[in-house]
Amino acid sequence: MGLETFLFIIVGAVAVAAAAGMLFSKSGIHSALFLVLNLACVAVFYLMLSAPFMAMVQITVYAGAIMVLFLFVIMLLGSERIDLGLTDRRLGFQTPAAFALAVLFIVVVAAAVLTGQIPAPQPVNDVQATTHGGPGEVGAVLYTRYLLPFEMVAVLLLAATIGAVVLARDVIPTKRSQRAQMGRIRELRQMITTIETEAASAPGADGEGAEEEAAAPAPAAPAGE
Amino acid sequence: MEVFDLVPLIVFIPIAGLLLNAWIGRYLSEKGIAWIACGAAGLSFLVAVALGLGLAGGSEGKIVPIVDWIKLPAVGVDIPWAMRVDTLSVTMMLAVAGVGTLIHIYAVGYMHGDARFGRFFIYMNLFLASMLLLVTGNNFLVLFVGWELVGLCSFLLIGFWLHRDAPDPETGIIGGIKNTNAAKKAFIVNRVGDFGFILAILLIWWTFGTLDFGPIQGAAHAAGHEEVAAGEVHEAAPESAPGGEAVAPVTPEGVCQPTGEGVFPMAEAFMAAGCNVKLGSAEVPIGTLIVVVTLLMLVGVTGKSAQIPLFVWLPDAMAGPTPVSALIHAATMVTAGVYLVTRNNVLYEAARGVNILPFGLSPPDIVALVGAITAFMAGTIAVAQWDIKRVLAYSTISQLGFMVAAVGLGGYVAGMFHLVTHAFFKALLFLAAGSVIHGVEHGAHHAHEHGTHEARTFGYREGVLDPQDMRNMGGLRRRMPVTFWVYVIGALALAGIFPFAGFWSKDEILLDAFLRGSEYGDPTGWLVLILLIGAAAFTAFYMGRQVFMIFFGAPRTQAAGHASENPPIMTYPLIVLAALSTLGGLLNVPGLHPFGTWLEQSVPHAHTADFNVLLALVALAIAGVAVALAVVIYYMRPALTSDGLDRLQRPLGPLWTFLHRKWLWDEAYHNAVIRPFNALGGLLAHLDVRYLRDGLDQGLYGGFNRIAAFLGGDFDLGIIDRVVNGVGRVTQQLAGQARHLQTGYVRNYALSVMLGVLAVLLILLLPLLFGQ
Amino acid sequence: MEPAPLNISAYVVLSAILFAMGALGVLIRRNAILVFMSVELMLNAANLALIAFARFYNQMDGQILVFFVMTVAAAEVAVGLALIVVIFRTRRSINIDELSRLKD
Repeated sequence: MGLETFLFIIVGAVAVAAAAGMLFSKSGIHSALFLVLNLACVAVFYLMLSAPFMAMVQITVYAGAIMVLFLFVIMLLGSERIDLGLTDRRLGFQTPAAFALAVLFIVVVAAAVLTGQIPAPQPVNDVQATTHGGPGEVGAVLYTRYLLPFEMVAVLLLAATIGAVVLARDVIPTKRSQRAQMGRIRELRQMITTIETEAASAPGADGEGAEEEAAAPAPAAPAGE
Repeated sequence: MEVFDLVPLIVFIPIAGLLLNAWIGRYLSEKGIAWIACGAAGLSFLVAVALGLGLAGGSEGKIVPIVDWIKLPAVGVDIPWAMRVDTLSVTMMLAVAGVGTLIHIYAVGYMHGDARFGRFFIYMNLFLASMLLLVTGNNFLVLFVGWELVGLCSFLLIGFWLHRDAPDPETGIIGGIKNTNAAKKAFIVNRVGDFGFILAILLIWWTFGTLDFGPIQGAAHAAGHEEVAAGEVHEAAPESAPGGEAVAPVTPEGVCQPTGEGVFPMAEAFMAAGCNVKLGSAEVPIGTLIVVVTLLMLVGVTGKSAQIPLFVWLPDAMAGPTPVSALIHAATMVTAGVYLVTRNNVLYEAARGVNILPFGLSPPDIVALVGAITAFMAGTIAVAQWDIKRVLAYSTISQLGFMVAAVGLGGYVAGMFHLVTHAFFKALLFLAAGSVIHGVEHGAHHAHEHGTHEARTFGYREGVLDPQDMRNMGGLRRRMPVTFWVYVIGALALAGIFPFAGFWSKDEILLDAFLRGSEYGDPTGWLVLILLIGAAAFTAFYMGRQVFMIFFGAPRTQAAGHASENPPIMTYPLIVLAALSTLGGLLNVPGLHPFGTWLEQSVPHAHTADFNVLLALVALAIAGVAVALAVVIYYMRPALTSDGLDRLQRPLGPLWTFLHRKWLWDEAYHNAVIRPFNALGGLLAHLDVRYLRDGLDQGLYGGFNRIAAFLGGDFDLGIIDRVVNGVGRVTQQLAGQARHLQTGYVRNYALSVMLGVLAVLLILLLPLLFGQ
Repeated sequence: MEPAPLNISAYVVLSAILFAMGALGVLIRRNAILVFMSVELMLNAANLALIAFARFYNQMDGQILVFFVMTVAAAEVAVGLALIVVIFRTRRSINIDELSRLKD
């Protein structure tokens, strides 16, 4: 067993364990930390797959920035509110079905891959591999061939930033908007009153109308009669 | 260690000064701040002097690398930050740092007591550093960074008194916001020019594959390209490394092939070979490309050097404190355009031979015409201004027109010579004007304390004294003798009166125009000559008008009557500048032409024409006549008529108004650019309200209602209803069954999605597993 | 002799396992934040597969795609968490089973 295989088994086991920990831990904080561990393990895989730049990005952006944001929101909303929810009174069949599907998924993929039906390419030799995913290479491809997607992603990030700000900001009702709201409510009330009055005073009201009238609250009725 | 290795200091000393002031300035007194700022400026001037002495000793200059700035080997981009020490850049350094230092010292007195004294000097040092960065840069990108920074500094400094009341030049409305508007105007107008320059830089990059200027020309001419590459030149091009095979500038197919030498040598080689440049799939002749590049650069020049059509920002830039005006007008910023053309003299001279534009004009001809027309137009406008600084602003535009015309005519020496002498006397005039303003303000305070109040004031608002309005002055000769004398010297130098500095440099420009016309038979030369002589006459006239209006006659306000001379820290720099304005002509004294010889090292197309006595006498006579006219009009009688009008205002009538409102340029821009822009915005808003909102409301909603009323009446009840009721009943029953699927639980839906994923996966993978 | 290097199938299977666990999380957890984190786990599993393929085909494109996935994930997390905060603010709960108004 080579070093790579050994490392793969160890780190893979940790990754799977961390994912399981994330799934079944009772505290949201613990879940997030397990996910961080899982992300770090995947970063190690990136290194093994000669993608050092992506590994670093994984650590800084994913395990760093994104997970901190998660932790921040969990703490903001209160971690005690995060319940496990495995026992569900409404959707009893959900959990066993989910487990079955997950296992089935793994089995199908593993069967397809391990029986060698997917043509597995031979790994490149190590000399090429060492210069494979450095920042320089990534940058050279990113800023030439993928320049347009790169720019579009920049716009996407900007849109997401604005979206997050707009969503999360506290909308404080201004005097003007309050007044507008009140006006709208008054209009609606008036409309309801008018309709009720009309319904009540309609001469040949059919059966349904009569029922509604009977069910309608009293205040409007005297005016009609 | 050569003396040239000191050159980074010239930029870093002012930066150190501003950082020091930014960090500890708040704990220092005004004196401490002033020492740091002026010390930094002075030290960088000393560095410039040292560099100048090194060059005068016969050395060839040097390109000093600072850092690898932008280096991406994967895509072949290598743009270092290197500084270029040659005679041209050192000339600019000396002028910028020298005049800048004097202005710093003067500003200590002028800004005394200002609440943001420290900040002002931080900006001033930044301004100086940016300008020095611009002139020392050895490639277009560094030059551009300096170019932009200079624009930023002008924005910061023009709007420096953002809280202060200043009249809007058009409406006369008073409010601090107008100063910031002037700053924004300067910034935005410059931005238009910068855009042209950016395009020029991109085209240069595309064509030559480098932005470096190339080896210092003198060295290249002396030793040939091979030795230069092996010698002291910064190694910008691995292809032309010593021992390697020299790359031919042209491929066998006639396509230009960058050799990595630098832009200027490559441009010459390409032009000599007459090759084509590959731009994408198209091939463009190199001549066409250079014409486009030079014209785009001209757009940048018109923005920064305030030429037609982008000059409109400069007069409004007077909103800044007077030392800032002096710095912008004399030493930094506006001279950048002239420097740019001179630096690119190789490109402009190469473009001179390409006749692809209408009327047989070449880009340098256009440069010369733009300059000459600007010079003439600004000269006429200056005649009809009231504001002391505004007159000087238009005279700056006019003089810049002279310089631009000179470099456009190929008179690079004359243009740079005029740049230097102009830096002396325009700094002098602005600082002296500041001194006058300061004196009048003091006089106003003094008069106020003594309880006398103004019988009559002029300017933007009745009853509020505008200390910059020349109508509020008069008779200051006796109250401010030092200011008076230096002002007269500056005015004489500007008017081109023998033997002051302006005479020599202006004469050389006229001579260049004359030679262009007579020797090369170029009609552009004659046209430029006529326009420039006209501009020179107007210059002499309006300077005479200004001097007589400010210093002679009786004081027209209490403030002018009580004005007082300023402290020595303000007058001493004036005296130094006055001496320079007097003797500056010696720089390029006819017969010896030391300045011309000096520039030949860095400007390969430099040439100096011999002094022409006849032309000089004609120019002098015209200037003399103009001054005499000013004497007759503004000195023999009181400078203003009894109802406070200019002597010429009534005779000229609407023409005077036309000149006073600067040929209606602002109005034209307002109508041609700003109004359509606003109108477009209004139209779009109108369309939005009218058609999108109201249209939806009334058109769609109303239309639907009408159609619905018809359909809902006869058609619906009779026919449709029964069918629909039937369908509805069936649907309702089906839906009643199906709604059990619709649980509303997201997780439930996710489960279905997962199921779908598995199904697709199986469909894809099953043939692989069991196929074959 | 050098031991045979790991085959790509090992990485793909690992990726599938992680993906399935992420999907499981989405299906069984009721807490919106945890569902969200499970989605991140799924994205991450896909990333792993992409990097593995990039390595074994000796192509940069896989890595670039991962780069974009990460960027989009960052944007998604920003907006998604903002949504969660808003939902919590209006309903005082982030239990997704209580967000079943859609059926009405």
